[in-house]
Amino acid sequence: MGRPDGQLVEEKVFKDPVHRYIHVRDELIWELIGTREFQRLRRIRQLGTTYVTFHGAEHTRFNHSLGVYEVMRRMVENLEKKMTWDEDERLVCLAAALLHDIGHGPFSHSFEKVFGTDHEDWTRRIITGDTEVNAVLSRMGSRFAERVADVIGKTYENKLIVSLISSQIDADRMDYLLRDAFYTGVSYGNFDMERILRVMRPQEDQAVFKLSGMHAVEDYIMSRYQMYWQVYFHPVTRSAEVILSRILHRARELMRGGYPFRQEPVHFQSLFSETLSIRDYIRLDESLVLYYFQEWEDEEDPILRDLCRRFMNRHLFKYVECDPSKQMLIWPELQELFRKIGLDPSYYLIIDSSSDLPYDFYRPGEKDERLPIHLLMPDGSLSELSRQSDIVEAISGKKRTDHKLYYPRDLLEDQSEYAEEKRRILTLLHAQEGS
Amino acid sequence: MLQEHAKLLALLKETDEVTGRKKLQKLVYIAKRLKQPFQEKFQFHMYGPYSEELTLQMEEMAQASFIQETHEQKGGYYQYRYSLTPAGEEFLDAAMPEGAGLDAELLETLNERSAKFLELVSTVLYFDQLPKEEVKAKVYKLKARQNYSDEDIDEAYAFIDALRKR
Repeated sequence: MGRPDGQLVEEKVFKDPVHRYIHVRDELIWELIGTREFQRLRRIRQLGTTYVTFHGAEHTRFNHSLGVYEVMRRMVENLEKKMTWDEDERLVCLAAALLHDIGHGPFSHSFEKVFGTDHEDWTRRIITGDTEVNAVLSRMGSRFAERVADVIGKTYENKLIVSLISSQIDADRMDYLLRDAFYTGVSYGNFDMERILRVMRPQEDQAVFKLSGMHAVEDYIMSRYQMYWQVYFHPVTRSAEVILSRILHRARELMRGGYPFRQEPVHFQSLFSETLSIRDYIRLDESLVLYYFQEWEDEEDPILRDLCRRFMNRHLFKYVECDPSKQMLIWPELQELFRKIGLDPSYYLIIDSSSDLPYDFYRPGEKDERLPIHLLMPDGSLSELSRQSDIVEAISGKKRTDHKLYYPRDLLEDQSEYAEEKRRILTLLHAQEGS
Repeated sequence: MLQEHAKLLALLKETDEVTGRKKLQKLVYIAKRLKQPFQEKFQFHMYGPYSEELTLQMEEMAQASFIQETHEQKGGYYQYRYSLTPAGEEFLDAAMPEGAGLDAELLETLNERSAKFLELVSTVLYFDQLPKEEVKAKVYKLKARQNYSDEDIDEAYAFIDALRKR
């Protein structure tokens, strides 16, 4: 199928609703897409539990990874007009873009929080370990796989390449904003990506943007800001996420305590015992997790059963806004009341904070903290974006912290038992919200 | 209740004050690698290990008035100075009545060093699965602008050894 120069005899295209077409010309990329580790991404949703809020958000990490590859391919094509580019570096860039999420597991944000796993570590292990992906990459040379892993891990010596895939404005973010907006059906994630790519200029450490393209970059920043609050940080999605992580905690606790599961979670055993191999990890996907959750709806353990039923049937926890400085005054009483009515507060009274979210929005930050977006001024100097843009400056300094307290309101409103305690709990929770 | 936030308050209580976000980031990363009970997730950024989660937690605590965050302008950027407030101390007592279990001496030792040195130490720790010569090569390539010398890197290794042997 391939030619001596590593190009496919005939270009392959994937039809894509965001970028119209995804073009594959390199044999390397085509073969990577065909590996079992990459195909597994079809069974992992890009937005985890967001589908319970926005029913269209069923797109997967497979779609997104192809999208990031396509954005990177276009970036490289544009940059090649402005700088000399080593063919080998071009392939490292494209492979890194395609594989940047290869280490994500099912509902990976919750899994990482509960089990301390890190999808970036798994990405490196899958790229450099005994896998089909590694076998394909190794054909390009002995250090090729290592270089791809270094780009994704942001430790590659060519910082320009790193910044194209991981910075404040990169191929990854550009694809997921457009893609997530498309699949959730919201209208505010859109921006003019073509314009941004056209005004992108390579520098030693990062790509910068011509001042004339500032408004396109502003639009991207606004999209990121709006998607953060309207989609990524939606309180209903967070409720599903809270319940999901509690299920995982409960299942692990039961397993460690020798609980006799009706449906033994054999696929999670090495995860629970922290002896997870690449082979075990690759077998984990969302179909498998949801299979167990469905089975656990009939478990004897009342907490696991209840949480799984809630998750599977979208019978989620409600929430009140939470101010930690006031919360601390009522927290001991709330916990005691929950115990009194037979609800374990570590499963039924949960604070979720904005810092728990794996998304952020732009702010310039402190010198040497992380690289801000720079504009290329007409005199050749660089200027940080918020110093030129009133719009970006206005949202950079805005409050973006938020805490919510999640609880099972349905159980508290059923006052056939412990009516007095439940009324007191509801009073405390609502006083918190109203204060 | 916000246990990870409370641990950061405990850190500020032990150190009195931390100057600079970069220094705080590196301090927490190094402490975590030396078995202190921090859970924040770090990734390698342009300036070494960095945790967005930690940045946000500090912002949340500033909003809740648990920490005092003063910032001064330095050449177009801001530098932040963090300390614990009485409200933060009260929250810490409520959230962790038995203490956070942090090693006060370790945190003080780290806080006495410069942000630049802690950046080097955290980078060495980030690559500690590699042989020393490869780590040196990484530092020279990734931290070219910081101009770390061979002696600086040796000092970072000695510093880490001493901390591990305590």
